[in-house]
Amino acid sequence: MNLSYVSIRNITKSFGAQKVLDGINLDVRQGEIYGLLGPSGAGKTTLVKMLTNLEKQDSGDITFEGINLPSSKVIHKIGYMSQSDALYQELTAGENLDFFAALFGIPAAKRVIRIHEVAKVVNLQDHLKKSIQNYSGGMRRRLSLAASLLHEPDLLILDEPTVGIDPVLRQQIWTQFNILKNQGKTIIVTTHVMDEAEKCDRVGLLRDGKIIAEGSPEEIIKEAGVSRLEDAFLVLGGK
Amino acid sequence: MRVRALAKRIIQQFIHDKRSMALMFVAPILILTLLSLVFNSDPLEPKIGLVKMPDPVVQMLQKDKADISKFNSDNTAKLALEEGTIHAYLSFDNGSVVVHLEGSDPTVTQAVMSWIQESVKNRIQSAIGINIKTEFQHGSKSMNSFDSFGPVLVGFFAFFFVFLLAGVSFLRERTGGTLERLICSPMKLWEIVVGYVIGFGLFTLIQAAIISTFSVYVLDLMMEGSFFYVLLTTVLLSFTALTLGILLSAFANNELQMIQFIPIVIVPSVFFSGIFNLETMSSYISWIGAVTPLFYAAKAMRDVMIRGLGLGEISNNLLVLVGFSLIFMTLNIFALRKYRKG
Repeated sequence: MNLSYVSIRNITKSFGAQKVLDGINLDVRQGEIYGLLGPSGAGKTTLVKMLTNLEKQDSGDITFEGINLPSSKVIHKIGYMSQSDALYQELTAGENLDFFAALFGIPAAKRVIRIHEVAKVVNLQDHLKKSIQNYSGGMRRRLSLAASLLHEPDLLILDEPTVGIDPVLRQQIWTQFNILKNQGKTIIVTTHVMDEAEKCDRVGLLRDGKIIAEGSPEEIIKEAGVSRLEDAFLVLGGK
Repeated sequence: MRVRALAKRIIQQFIHDKRSMALMFVAPILILTLLSLVFNSDPLEPKIGLVKMPDPVVQMLQKDKADISKFNSDNTAKLALEEGTIHAYLSFDNGSVVVHLEGSDPTVTQAVMSWIQESVKNRIQSAIGINIKTEFQHGSKSMNSFDSFGPVLVGFFAFFFVFLLAGVSFLRERTGGTLERLICSPMKLWEIVVGYVIGFGLFTLIQAAIISTFSVYVLDLMMEGSFFYVLLTTVLLSFTALTLGILLSAFANNELQMIQFIPIVIVPSVFFSGIFNLETMSSYISWIGAVTPLFYAAKAMRDVMIRGLGLGEISNNLLVLVGFSLIFMTLNIFALRKYRKG
């Protein structure tokens, strides 16, 4: 297993006078689910956007499969689900997926198959003919997730994927994450929900632009000398 | 393939959004119809009062196109003028004829004055026995103001609606987060711009065909040249509107801010497009026309529709339009570069 599949070294980023990321170091292993845990405004989104061409660090290096990021060279291997649902309101769910699949150069015949497969993952296979305008918030979120899976990316980056999704479906989606993981995919997921972070193989605690702790949820709880990840976050953040 | 996918998506969005489609196809027809009704109305026939004029004079003046009524005193005529039953009256004062006008409505004033001119012309002609004839190089005496600025309006509506729809559409792409999806995909930036041009291009083509056909064949707008050149000019102008709309949407944060470009960009370009005579305009501002696409399109449209000129004469103006589109497209690609960091 590649222990440094995604390597992030000394990343800093400022927007104007505000320092958003301040010397971030972390490694994501191939085939794991890595959770970036932190309160809103901690810099999670800014960090993951650097992996998807949407943001560029002021200093420091990010490498993925030996390629410096951000880069267009490996973009087809990365799937990104942003915080906003980013769907075309006027189109049907199927038309949305067909367009996103075409962007990644998936041939028409294969698109039909892939659309069906990813729709099944998020349990929307019976709602593909509906317009997005008639979708609920949770359905939009799930479709957005499905869209990021279309081109079978090796690295999946999910920014707050289960916001607005009910507990039953959240459970289903996490089951899917584990299936993808068992297929050898690597998943980076940002969240501010503690129980979700506990499902990750390893988490990085991000606070005020710094990683304050990293490891498996059990390791972090042990290190902090508390019984819950939530308490660990408060204890370690207080240091 | 990605360009085709984007063009297809834009077409799908249009088909699902019936209201925008109506805005693009029906609104221009509605406005052009109203304008033609307003400006095509028959010229005003002036109602003239004559005060204490000898009968031979009255009979002579009645030959000219006017509604003549006789008055016995200045006061009764004045009263009629105040009440609006006549537009003007003529009276003798110390051997000269005085024209009394109400004066608050320029259209009325002009109608009276041109009747007087015509009348005087007719008297001179019959007195000296020489005919004064008017020859038109282009147009005719029956050409009205709608015929004159109609060609500009046909171009303007294509420009305006395409600008607005393309701008808002691209703005939504940005604010809705879908632009991020395009940026995170292998799609090239030029493919985004070209995809938009092709997708919207189809609708601008249909729109141009509908507006031009309707104006010429239903509203009976003057049409001396080839219908194909009108279509070509309209489509090329629409492309500038499309690429300019997309470009300016980068400077708007929401739909309202996009609408704010109408008074700043669209309205001035109408003023300087040639609807109003540019020769009488101060040279400090008249140069503005030369930097707006509508100015060149209006010239080409008038050349074709009123003067009946062909491709040879309008090609320079068309090339300027193509140039505008290419410049806007290039700027669009540069504007998009700030979103893609890798």
